Amino acid sequence: MAQDAVTEAPEQGDGVRRRDFINIAAVSAAGVGAAGVLVPLISQMSPSADVLAESTTEVDIGAIKPGQAIKAMFRKQPVFIRNLTAKEQADAQAVATASLRDPQSLEDRTKPGKANWLITMGVCTHLGCVPLGSAEGEPKGEFGGYFCPCHGSQYDTAGRIRKGPAPKNLEVPEYTFTSDTVVKIG
Amino acid sequence: MIRLISILAGLFFTVALGWALILGVVGLAHDGLPTSAEKKFHEHPKELALASDGMFGKFDRQQLQRGFQVYKEVCANCHAIKLVAFRDLKALGYNEDEVKAVAKGYKVPAYNPGMGEMKTHDGTMADHFPPVVYAGQGSPPDLSLITKARHGGAAYVYSLLTGYQNPPADLPKENQPGAGLYYNPYFANLNIAMPKPLTSDGQVSYKDGTKATVDQMAQDVSAFLVWTAEPKLEKRHQTGWAVLGFLLFATILAYMAYRNVWADKKGH
Amino acid sequence: MSFPWANEYQPQHPLMQWLDAKLPLPRLVYNAIGAGYPVPRNLNYFWNFGVLAGVCLVIQILTGVILAMHYAGNADLAFNSTEHIMRDVNWGWMLRYMHSNGASAFFVVVYIHIFRGFFYGSYKAPREMIWLLGVVIFLLMMATAFMGYVLPWGQMSFWGAQVITGLFSAIPLVGDALHTWLLGGFAPDNAALNRFFSLHFLLPFVILGVVILHIWALHIPGSSNPTGVEVKSESDTVPFHPYYTAKDGWGLGAFLLIYCAVVFFAPNALGHPDNYIPANPMQTPAHIVPEWYFWPFYAILRAFTQNFPLLGIPAKLLGVMGMFSAILVWFFLPWLDRSPVRSGHFRPTFRKFYWLLVIDVAVLGYCGGSPAEEPFVIISQIAAIYYFLHFLVVLPIVSSIEQPEPLPFSITEAVLGSDQAASLAPAE
Repeated sequence: MAQDAVTEAPEQGDGVRRRDFINIAAVSAAGVGAAGVLVPLISQMSPSADVLAESTTEVDIGAIKPGQAIKAMFRKQPVFIRNLTAKEQADAQAVATASLRDPQSLEDRTKPGKANWLITMGVCTHLGCVPLGSAEGEPKGEFGGYFCPCHGSQYDTAGRIRKGPAPKNLEVPEYTFTSDTVVKIG
Repeated sequence: MIRLISILAGLFFTVALGWALILGVVGLAHDGLPTSAEKKFHEHPKELALASDGMFGKFDRQQLQRGFQVYKEVCANCHAIKLVAFRDLKALGYNEDEVKAVAKGYKVPAYNPGMGEMKTHDGTMADHFPPVVYAGQGSPPDLSLITKARHGGAAYVYSLLTGYQNPPADLPKENQPGAGLYYNPYFANLNIAMPKPLTSDGQVSYKDGTKATVDQMAQDVSAFLVWTAEPKLEKRHQTGWAVLGFLLFATILAYMAYRNVWADKKGH
Repeated sequence: MSFPWANEYQPQHPLMQWLDAKLPLPRLVYNAIGAGYPVPRNLNYFWNFGVLAGVCLVIQILTGVILAMHYAGNADLAFNSTEHIMRDVNWGWMLRYMHSNGASAFFVVVYIHIFRGFFYGSYKAPREMIWLLGVVIFLLMMATAFMGYVLPWGQMSFWGAQVITGLFSAIPLVGDALHTWLLGGFAPDNAALNRFFSLHFLLPFVILGVVILHIWALHIPGSSNPTGVEVKSESDTVPFHPYYTAKDGWGLGAFLLIYCAVVFFAPNALGHPDNYIPANPMQTPAHIVPEWYFWPFYAILRAFTQNFPLLGIPAKLLGVMGMFSAILVWFFLPWLDRSPVRSGHFRPTFRKFYWLLVIDVAVLGYCGGSPAEEPFVIISQIAAIYYFLHFLVVLPIVSSIEQPEPLPFSITEAVLGSDQAASLAPAE
């Protein structure tokens, strides 16, 4: 419809082209303005400054005995911190890595010299449920690790997917040991 | 018919208002215009020029740091700035470690769901300045928004801090400061419960070598409180100029397009 | 309705033809704000403000929906969540300032739109329904703006909610029960805040609906114009697009320049400092005032300081009646002003009273924003008397005795002068 203005104007050689140009420029400027307005309208939905500031968590792991696990909160999601027994470590190491759906060894998923500390997100990689197996008495699934009740994914003692619909191993977040008993996640 | 009703309605309101008006005028003739000592002795804030003023205003970060120091060493004894987070202090020009050190100096209350009770932990970047427990009478206001929550803004804070004085001789008796009150003509009702906070030059010692006169400290802390109330001021000014520049350009184009479109119509 | 010479929508592209056959939405737009709507060629810039009001409504809905994503409608959280928007949410400060100043901009634009209608007699037949719907929109805007102002839960929010809901307690017999029902309690608290939030979200969409009716009703007789003379022939009109889209486009640019200057460089100039103090039910601010756009009506409310003589109607009830009547009287305007001439340009007596009304409302506004003490009370009483006399007495009388000036034969004659008009206008 923008052309109507031009076609109705009397034809007069160069004059028409200049007019055409200004009308198109004005409409384009309006388009650029509208696109510019979209920037704040979209970015307001990204995490706000206070949410970003809470993106690290320090956890005291001194009280976790071998075979036990705790759930900690990191970015409003559960993190499983598990102190593996020697047998659980051996079970995990006995599996041929290449045969796994998401091939990773226990060493890939723990810090050097701290292979007993398995720290993973408590979020099933299938559709985000919290797997069972971190607390005393919860089912740990066929492979002695974690079991997700939503759709039956089974994780082993290294938190690797062994059976069920989940595509990946439980995610290992970034973390560092700030001392022997304190781990800083994020 | 409708006109008759409307004229009657008009007369109804005229009588109601006219009666009130007559009584009002009689009362005014009898008593004169109301005056109060509060109005007579109250003073408007003094002039205060800050770097953040005006459409090009930016914060003077050195001054904000000095103001923060005054806040921390003087005001913070009674007044909180609960809306400010420690992480925000980076905007004052501090680096991450300096901010962490500031945060660590504060005990932040936190609810511990495991214990079902309140406990405190050392402040972190993610925490806000904690509330201040004030032991005395009254309730010192939170200062986070104070420069936006008072007429006169920063100039008011500055004037109040430097405005303590002896009551004038002709101040009526009922306006004399009572026990625990201090005369300050910049305060709304002339008598404020806060004792003079900035008492002497050198009350704080500035790291940047600025001489800490009472006037300087009052200016600095006022500038700091402009920042706590409106931390996005600089971004607002910058964005504003970009937006106005673009709009001016687009409006001129739109005006030219309008002239084009109407060129064949006489009378425009 | 349509003028016989209105352009007809003729889609060229097969897709548009297909769409036109199944759902003629493009045709609707074309006939509403496109080349298919003939508009008088002589509209002045006061006719830009209808479109600007629509733009304001869109700004408010867009920014409002976004603010609602971050706001918490709870008395304990509302104030801090507003500051969370100002400090932590990406661009939150800008969106909130756009919204709070957008309300002011909306009222500026709508007041100009209304006073344009007063002057040019836009409320007169055959456009009464447009006017009535417009008054409904204005009432809805007032309700929406009031409830929106409560949401930040500052001191003015709280005490505004207290005072304005208190108006309803003036109604005899049911007043107190109504007041409690409105608040869902005995004072403003969570219940009131939450329902205001809910309604503040709902009402703008109701406004949008009534705006559509307002525009629909406008398209029956077509736009009025500064001469008040009805359109007679094609030479009196131009198609809305491109002529008025171009004019509204540049008008919009000019409006946005002023609006953004306020948003970015004086965002708190129209607000009140006390609303940056968290709500405190134990302490009323020294001087409570509503937002500026309510000041004239607030002044009328406060002007009734005495019970009605002899009848003993309480002053409180009179004030509430007066305040609501001040707006409700607009509903009757088409029947109070019976002059057959629309435009104030040709009504010398009406014109003088019109400007007196403009000054009167400005005076009321000034008094409404001032403390409730002398001399403002007396001034607002005089001004309120004139306000009611203007609509209820002056307009009916003036319109029946006034001798209007001669009208131009047609819009074309008014624009081009009579010589050319004679050759252009009635020929067909």
